[in-house]
Order: sequence, then C-alpha cells, then structure tokens
Amino acid sequence: MHVPDGFLDAPTSVATMVAAGGVVAASLVRASRHELDERTAPLAGLVAVFVFAAQMVNFPVGAGTSGHLIGASLAAVLVGPATATLCLTVVLSVQAFLFADGGVTALGTNVLLMGVIAVWVGYGVARAVLAVLPRRMSSVPLAAAAGSFVSVPAAALVFTGLFAAGGVAPIPLGPLVAAMVGWHLLIGVGEALITFLAVSSIVAARPDLVHAARGRMPALQLRTPEPVA
Amino acid sequence: MSADATPEGPRPRVSTRRLVLVGAAVCLVIAGVVSFFASRHPDGLQHVAQSLGFAGAARESAAAGSPLAGYGVDGVSNGFLSGGLAGVVGLVVVAVVMGGLVLLLRRLGRRRG
Repeated sequence: MHVPDGFLDAPTSVATMVAAGGVVAASLVRASRHELDERTAPLAGLVAVFVFAAQMVNFPVGAGTSGHLIGASLAAVLVGPATATLCLTVVLSVQAFLFADGGVTALGTNVLLMGVIAVWVGYGVARAVLAVLPRRMSSVPLAAAAGSFVSVPAAALVFTGLFAAGGVAPIPLGPLVAAMVGWHLLIGVGEALITFLAVSSIVAARPDLVHAARGRMPALQLRTPEPVA
Repeated sequence: MSADATPEGPRPRVSTRRLVLVGAAVCLVIAGVVSFFASRHPDGLQHVAQSLGFAGAARESAAAGSPLAGYGVDGVSNGFLSGGLAGVVGLVVVAVVMGGLVLLLRRLGRRRG
C-alpha cells in the first residue's frame, strides 16, 4: 500500500501532509497524556519494531500479487490509537528515508492512509466488536483481527478518493475502487490472521498491558493463602 | 482463604524485560531471516497501478540513493546477507527512534503532572 512519489499531484500531497501532520501532533499529546505510562511504554517500542519487521514479509495473495501487514489495528488494540499512529509514523518515515519504500513527498499520504485511517478504522471496529463479544481476554484478539480486516480495504478506499481528487492519470473511478478494494480485501485476510496471532501472544503473556482491554475485563480473583501458624 | 479482586485486572505471566527480549528476538528473526522468503510479486497497489495503466506515473524516490534503498545493503552481493542486514539495521533504527520518542513523551507527561 506504500504510495510512491508521483501518483498524486502536489496540492493533494501537501494536503495529506498537513492533515497527517495535524493528527500526528495531536497523537503526541494524547499518547503522552492518556496512553503511555511506565508499564506500557516498552510495549510501544516493541510494537513499532514488530510492525517494521512484519512489513518486510510480503505474502502472496494470488495472480502475481502480494500484500503485507499494515499493523495499524494490531498497534491500536495493544498500545492505543494515538500511540499506534506514532508507531506507524516512525516505521513509515524510516522506510521512506532509509529504504526508499514509499515516496518522500508521499510520506504524508502514507501516514494518513496507514497511520491514521487504518488505525482509527481498525480501532473503531475492534472496539465495536469488543462491545458485543463476551467480556473475556480471549475476545481481544478476535476484535483486533476484525478491525484489521476492515482497516486494509478502508485505507485502500481512501486512496482511491485521493486519486480521484489529485491522481496524475485519468483513471475511471469505478474500476479503480473495485480493483483496490477487491485486492485489499484479500490482503486484509492475511492482515487479520497475523494480527490475531500477534495480539494472542501478547494477551497470553501480558494481558495487563493490552490497551483495548483496560477497564473492560473483569478483575481476576487474587487468592492469598491463609498464613500457616 | 480470602479472595480479593485486584484493581489491575488480569495478571502478567512474564516480566516486561522478558517480553521485550523475546519479542525483539522474534522481530530480529522476522526482519533478518524470514524476510528473505517474502513474496517478490508487486503489492496490491502496484498490481492495480499496472493493470489500470498508471504504474508509469511513479517517480523515483528522493531517497533512492540511500545505501539501504530497496531493503539491500550497498556493496553486499549475497542477497540473503544484504536483505537480512538491511532488515536488522532498519529494526535497530526503528527501535532507537521509537524508544527515544517514548522516553521524551514520558518525560514531558511527568512534567505536566
């Protein structure tokens, strides 16, 4: 999904850069005030590193096409949506400047698509799914997977909107939407699978750190043995 | 036997130190080794751009001259080593940048009270 330089015209690229910059600035404030504390901070670093590593592994989705994890929903469920935006922004910036993966003038576009749209759509869907599933920790990976499945075609759909507004080639919108959403639904299946496995691992090891479960899961009964006289 | 509900909710099974060490090791293996076996096919967007005829609009990135461009290390001819090394370098850079950002935000958050 990394948009290269040249797909969108300058005004559209600047507009996405401004929009992404605004959300990143707000996310810095929100993350420091509401999401990052002494206990969860290490997980934020680990999530960014995992997203970078997993994005290197393209999986085949058929007909000579591949996809890779975006990791937006995964990050939002584990460390909170604002911190997820920061994780994705760091990963996308390192990819653009060090690896020439995703354009430099398109960095704002890529942050907007993967670091904002995918994060908030994924998080919103995950929260909605959590609200209807039983209040158990085992619901969290399912909700994260559902959010991630929707987040990928959602980001693809927003790209087609940007391309309709400021794309450099006159492509009819119908076929573009059909192709982008169709392929990214397939990629979303892989995204959901990886998200389920990754979130399950953290839920198994450190359920206390999972952002989306904060205050929503019943407290465990702590049984202390009576002192032996 | 007395039973008290903990305000913290579910209890941790491993220490944070162990979580980060094991997690980092898994990520190193993914970026350094598993990435070599990644599909080389165009991704969803590239594929759509090719089939609808706007792939040619892509311009070379301003960072195309980076020694790590395209997830390889300039001067390392072995594909496995080059890709693996690039992955490990990228992973360390992401860890340092994100770690620094988190530390900074924590410090600012504390100062604000």
